Amino acid sequence: MTAEFSPGLTLILGSALLPLLPVRLRGAYTVALPLLGMLQLAMLHTGETGQLDFLGMELVLLRVDRWSMLFGWIFMIAAALSAVFALHVRSALQQAAALAYAGSAIGAVFAGDMITLFVYWELTAVTSVALVWARGTQASYRAGMRYFLMQLLSGMLLFFGAIAFYQQTGSVRFDHVGLHGLAGWLIFLAFGIKCAFPLLHNWLQDSYPEATETGTVFLSAFTTKLAVYALARGFAGTEILIPIGAVMTAFPIFFAVIENDLRRVLAYSLNNQLGFMVLGIGIGTELSLNGTAAHAFTHILYKALLFMSMGAVLYRTGTVKGSELGGLYKSMPYTTAFCIIGAASISGFPLFSGFVSKSMILSAAGAGGYIVAWSVLLFASAGVFHHSGIKIPYFAFFGHDSGKRCEEAPRHMLVAMGIAAALCVGIGVYPAPLYAILPFPVVYEPYSGSHVLAQLQLLGFSALAFAVLMRTGIYPPEMRSVNLDTDWVWRRALPAVGEAGANFVGAAQGLLGRRAARIGSTLLAWVVRHHGADGWLAQPWQTRGMSLWVLVLLLGYLVLYYI
Amino acid sequence: MKSSNEGDYWLDRPGSVDKVYWSVWIGCAALLLVEPLIHMHAEVSIAQWFGFNGLFGFVSCVALVIAAKWLRRFLMRPEDYYDR
Repeated sequence: MTAEFSPGLTLILGSALLPLLPVRLRGAYTVALPLLGMLQLAMLHTGETGQLDFLGMELVLLRVDRWSMLFGWIFMIAAALSAVFALHVRSALQQAAALAYAGSAIGAVFAGDMITLFVYWELTAVTSVALVWARGTQASYRAGMRYFLMQLLSGMLLFFGAIAFYQQTGSVRFDHVGLHGLAGWLIFLAFGIKCAFPLLHNWLQDSYPEATETGTVFLSAFTTKLAVYALARGFAGTEILIPIGAVMTAFPIFFAVIENDLRRVLAYSLNNQLGFMVLGIGIGTELSLNGTAAHAFTHILYKALLFMSMGAVLYRTGTVKGSELGGLYKSMPYTTAFCIIGAASISGFPLFSGFVSKSMILSAAGAGGYIVAWSVLLFASAGVFHHSGIKIPYFAFFGHDSGKRCEEAPRHMLVAMGIAAALCVGIGVYPAPLYAILPFPVVYEPYSGSHVLAQLQLLGFSALAFAVLMRTGIYPPEMRSVNLDTDWVWRRALPAVGEAGANFVGAAQGLLGRRAARIGSTLLAWVVRHHGADGWLAQPWQTRGMSLWVLVLLLGYLVLYYI
Repeated sequence: MKSSNEGDYWLDRPGSVDKVYWSVWIGCAALLLVEPLIHMHAEVSIAQWFGFNGLFGFVSCVALVIAAKWLRRFLMRPEDYYDR
């Protein structure tokens, strides 16, 4: 293992060996490989290695700094935890794809140039779609296809952006890009798709809930946070990210309130959490960027924990629809407890991980004078508690007793959830180790009396609102339904336009049919007369005729020569 | 599916849900009552007003739910909408 060898490659190359192993060893192998990767991370030194000349462009295969190390570590931890959660999986394809997917994301954060970044960027798309398709249903196949197309579009934009950037600057080095010229916008859009910007977001809510119960856990960790990392490096302080981030935090929570599929609720809340990070990048101060980095770290853990708890419910009951669940705390008490810890973390309860990271972004917005953004964040904080913090545990584990009785989640799932929950509480209680690895020095104290009380009041009264709305029957009941989102454009509107176009062409053909047929048959008769079996051009020519024409040509040439 | 020998759950007992409901009210009241004891400071001046966070949390959640419920009229479709 040389210094140039990216920790991402350990997982990618390691995943290729997986199908060669006996089935009973594969599970342990999927956990061991990320642990090996952690060992490798611990041995990395700050600096750049693996410089490579490629078509005159200088590539940097491995750039180790505070940003890449932070994301490298959390990705590796997420890979290990998700692998533990997926220990029951017996499909080599799923296991290998998940490892390679994690490896690609890790390779991407260590990439020092845009070409290397692009290669890993595309690899995350190719490997992750296997986790959606592995569900094996028609719906997952189609959702996976839509997901794949969006990911490839993002990759293509990044590629063209990198080329344009090279032409503008003569370098493909990946540092601050900024919205300068065509290159800047192409790269921004590429990152924006993967980060699920508003209107570009729906691939996420469309595909994640269709993946397998373990696949979604992997998916929730890597793709979007890779985009957050890329935005933070390339577009820190880009002001347009402030309104984009604010919209991202706010609009998904409306969908989350009325969504029935609880994993889709989590996908909407994932989108909302990304908004906090994007807003932090837009503000661009050391405090806000630290907040973004810290929030990405804690978010990966509690989001994985929440998706694990819903994955366990899906695994045991075969559904995660709010309308069909309820009362599961009796059957799955441990899963319930872990889910509540995840819910408390995402809501930002004091002593849980979300509190120590999200509050940095809120403080940065307030201190920077972004009052509108700050109030939207506050609204989103209350809203996220409402739909992720209360709705998810309430409809799955409490609420109306569905009468469903099942076994508790399998032991390996409980272990994975237990570790994730311990990390959520650990970071919340003692944030110093996390603060120590953030990109900039931290001068921030989350636990002041005023701050804790303000947050508790916000959350307490949000809970009160939920309780009152439930008791008065105003709260909308969970219903078997789908809600329209931007995917309606390409699943309904565009096909409808295509169908209308086809009908128009058909009608036009009918109208012109007779005349077109007459023109066509005249043309065909002419062709047959000349080129047909008995046509003039198809007849054998006599030798004497040929020699006569050659003689004429030669004489003509002679005459021309003398003129 | 419910088995008859299922354990006795506190939440199933009559009145338990009421107790949870009223304890949320009591908890919120307590959070407001301790506010004068703590020196509130915040980056944004409005956040230092008495009861601001509680009011903001309550009002925004009610508004969120009512708005989302209203959005259902436009957004909600039968479950097999895309399969037809």
